[in-house]
Amino acid sequence: MRAFTYERAQSIAGAALAGCRPGAKFIAGGTNLLDLMKLDIETPSHLIDVNGLGLDRIEATPDGGLHVGALVRNADLASDTRVRRDYALLSRALLAGASGQLRNKATTAGNLLQRTRCPYFYDTNLPCNKRQPGSGCAAIGGFSRNHAVLGASDACIATHPSDMAVAMRALDATVTTMRADGAGRRIPIADFYTLPGNTPQRETVIEPGELITGVTLPKPVGGIHIYQKVRDRASYAFALVSVGAIVQADGSGRIALGGVAARPWRIEAAEAAMPQGAQAVTALLMAGARTTPDNAYKITLVGRTIKAVLDQARKETA
Amino acid sequence: MHDPHTADMKRRDFLVSSGAAVAATMVPLSASASAQPAATDAGPAPHQVSFTINGQQEALVLDTRTTLLDALREHLQLTGTKKGCDHGQCGACTVLVNGRRINSCLSLAVMHEGDSVTTIEGLGTPQSLHPLQAAFIKHDGYQCGYCTPGQICSAVAVLAEVKAGVPSHVTADLDAPVRLTAGELRERMSGNLCRCGAYSNIVDAITEVAGSAA
Repeated sequence: MRAFTYERAQSIAGAALAGCRPGAKFIAGGTNLLDLMKLDIETPSHLIDVNGLGLDRIEATPDGGLHVGALVRNADLASDTRVRRDYALLSRALLAGASGQLRNKATTAGNLLQRTRCPYFYDTNLPCNKRQPGSGCAAIGGFSRNHAVLGASDACIATHPSDMAVAMRALDATVTTMRADGAGRRIPIADFYTLPGNTPQRETVIEPGELITGVTLPKPVGGIHIYQKVRDRASYAFALVSVGAIVQADGSGRIALGGVAARPWRIEAAEAAMPQGAQAVTALLMAGARTTPDNAYKITLVGRTIKAVLDQARKETA
Repeated sequence: MHDPHTADMKRRDFLVSSGAAVAATMVPLSASASAQPAATDAGPAPHQVSFTINGQQEALVLDTRTTLLDALREHLQLTGTKKGCDHGQCGACTVLVNGRRINSCLSLAVMHEGDSVTTIEGLGTPQSLHPLQAAFIKHDGYQCGYCTPGQICSAVAVLAEVKAGVPSHVTADLDAPVRLTAGELRERMSGNLCRCGAYSNIVDAITEVAGSAA
């Protein structure tokens, strides 16, 4: 690991200002950042510890929703009684990710900002446009079983690994931030992640020094909440594909996918087809998919997983 | 109990010194292959931190890069906590921080100012075992034993989490009290790998302690 200096931020404004320094990075739980620093993939020269900023509360909003502080640990968010009751999809997605130890440390903002687990991103001996822009992509033409089938580019076919973000996308969450100039932003989760294009090193619209202060959930929408994650082992593995769904009694609802793209994949127009069944929804969601021989199975797997989810929702509604 | 600070020559010291002898014969190779900081590197940055480890106050000045795991093992000689993968994938380094289990390999020591850390050495002693330590022995919950300190620290936290009503991925009803089945235990312990495959005995050991605590 490269040497770095360390400070404990005393205020949100101070942190955002310090975050503008070249080579500076925020650290909260550290479960992904330290892993990447050990491998020389992330090489910050200065770490700003934001754990003391008081952003660790879950509070009701005036319009009946919840504001989740950036530093709320994944374990605490998943087990909050309001989240379990009104946003079960979020609890389910969080509990499907990582391990008990990691969920105790990992934060809401850190979960959103975690990097891909593409093995070529992790292997510093191989080219990766995300790690080293312009070096090429070893995943294209490589072992691409876990890679993206939607929204990918000729520069990068990595997926975003978060389960939580899939739930946030289906719940229409909004990311709140603070910038060094003191101006905050409210970024709808739909606009938060960027697709790789020619700049896969850029993954979100967050600017240097911009600090995520929390995530706002709109008021609950009811319905049956299901998060179905398909993976190579029963626990403690990243998704091959995942389906986060909210299904209402009349069959309408929302669906977001994980494991298929560089961001949670949701197409609102496809949801109009939910009452017609899994096949119709899948066709609309997966339109334009580009597969490799290794990951073509994801098309079939998404269709079958959506079918299982809609069947389960129907059973629970009955 | 064996005082780690004044211990005589231990197996680990022997391994360290014999390892140094091997390294000395390979200087040219290790010099070229070592991950020395690049020219742009600012160099080590020492930072002070104070925390409580197993009830004892400790104050250390550490290179900021030092993980909590390395602080425990290399600076405080508490080698009960094991380094397996060093990347948060195996759980061998699990310790309790303010009562919550974490991977100590993925946490910087300097970020634990004022924290209270419990390691396997703080759970029980050879004369007075923690109930989970006794149960692991009784049920043969290990073969090589390398993952065991992490398994036991994790299990201590699992029982507390269940008591607090924390749900898991396999909990059928998020709003109902948690029933500690074998399936629940396997899910909750999935962050602790055992390459010897002692899992079924580990489940038996934890189940016994959970039953007597209920």
